[in-house]
Amino acid sequence: MMYAAAAAGVVVTMLMALVRALIGPNIYNRILAVNVFGTLSVMLIAIYGFVDGRPEFLDLAIVYALINFIGTIAVTKYVTFNDMGHGDDGDPAGDI
Amino acid sequence: MIQAIALAAALAGFWVLLSGYWLPLIIILGVASVLLCVFIAKRLEVADREGHPVHLTVPGLNYFPWLVKEIFVSNVIVAKAILFGGVRPQVLRVKASQSDELGQTVYANSITLTPGTVSIDVEDNHITVHAIMDDTADGLRTGEMDQKVCKLMGDAGPQSGSAKA
Amino acid sequence: MAAVLDIVSWVFVVGGVVFCLIGGYGLLKLKDVYARLHAASLIDTLGVGLILVGLMFQAGFTLVTAKLVLILVFIFFTTPTATHALARAAINHDVLPEVDTEEERELVRSTKTHTGTAE
Repeated sequence: MMYAAAAAGVVVTMLMALVRALIGPNIYNRILAVNVFGTLSVMLIAIYGFVDGRPEFLDLAIVYALINFIGTIAVTKYVTFNDMGHGDDGDPAGDI
Repeated sequence: MIQAIALAAALAGFWVLLSGYWLPLIIILGVASVLLCVFIAKRLEVADREGHPVHLTVPGLNYFPWLVKEIFVSNVIVAKAILFGGVRPQVLRVKASQSDELGQTVYANSITLTPGTVSIDVEDNHITVHAIMDDTADGLRTGEMDQKVCKLMGDAGPQSGSAKA
Repeated sequence: MAAVLDIVSWVFVVGGVVFCLIGGYGLLKLKDVYARLHAASLIDTLGVGLILVGLMFQAGFTLVTAKLVLILVFIFFTTPTATHALARAAINHDVLPEVDTEEERELVRSTKTHTGTAE
């Protein structure tokens, strides 16, 4: 099946992102790498659904795409403010 | 009001897409959830002109194909630069001639979505952009995207012609 | 007809995977976090876009295609926000991009809006 080859390519890219997450000199490189890793996981789930002939996997992919975005924003906010519940009371940075 | 109706339609479509069942009980539960979400959105005042810009749907039909084409071209340029060299990171300021914050947000997001340029700050009608190479930076300096977004928003457009570097 | 659709779908998916691989290579090769943001946006736009369009050709006009469109729209609308938030966080912690002139560096420093507390 040809889609297995595409899935393999995506997995290789995920490994590259993982390497960047491990060696990344600071926290921002790691957040970036994990964000890319999450996006590629969505792709892997979608392609795997077609390899296996079970497109129901796309529901998981949708949820994963949403969680990936919210997770990235949450970690970025935590790193910036050291506080998940930080309001924007007069702070020009606001909620980033 | 039109925003609330559009939001309800979008949520209903989302529900049908994820469930795919047409049993009476499921449909009733779906309608109840949609109404609850629209009620909460109205109370939070997020279903307004800014949060749900339905008035951009028709002009967007012209803008989005152009943006997709632009994304495609930039992708090829940046991919070449990564593979064969030519990377020269730089920071520049471009003018955002849109009259309101919604237009500036659309412009800044379009800049970020196009590979090779990332908007890192917006203030006082100027956007600070990080570009990865000369080609993408020059493409932004021509101000073509600025004009397109102005047209999308129905603004007059830049007065002085091209964008300032 | 089915064979033609298979080939078109396959071409799109392979194109997307190639862009993903180039983006991953850029993620490893480029010098600082701001440059790597561009490599990541390569994956998030055309890598994802071409793979999903290829899968749409395979699925035809069904509920599956609608779900694929939904994933594409989600990723296209959320990626710029995440990228911008990450760039802001890095600037606010004095991580400056590697640029040629002091003038550009000062331009970035002037956009700092929040004195961060994290290490």
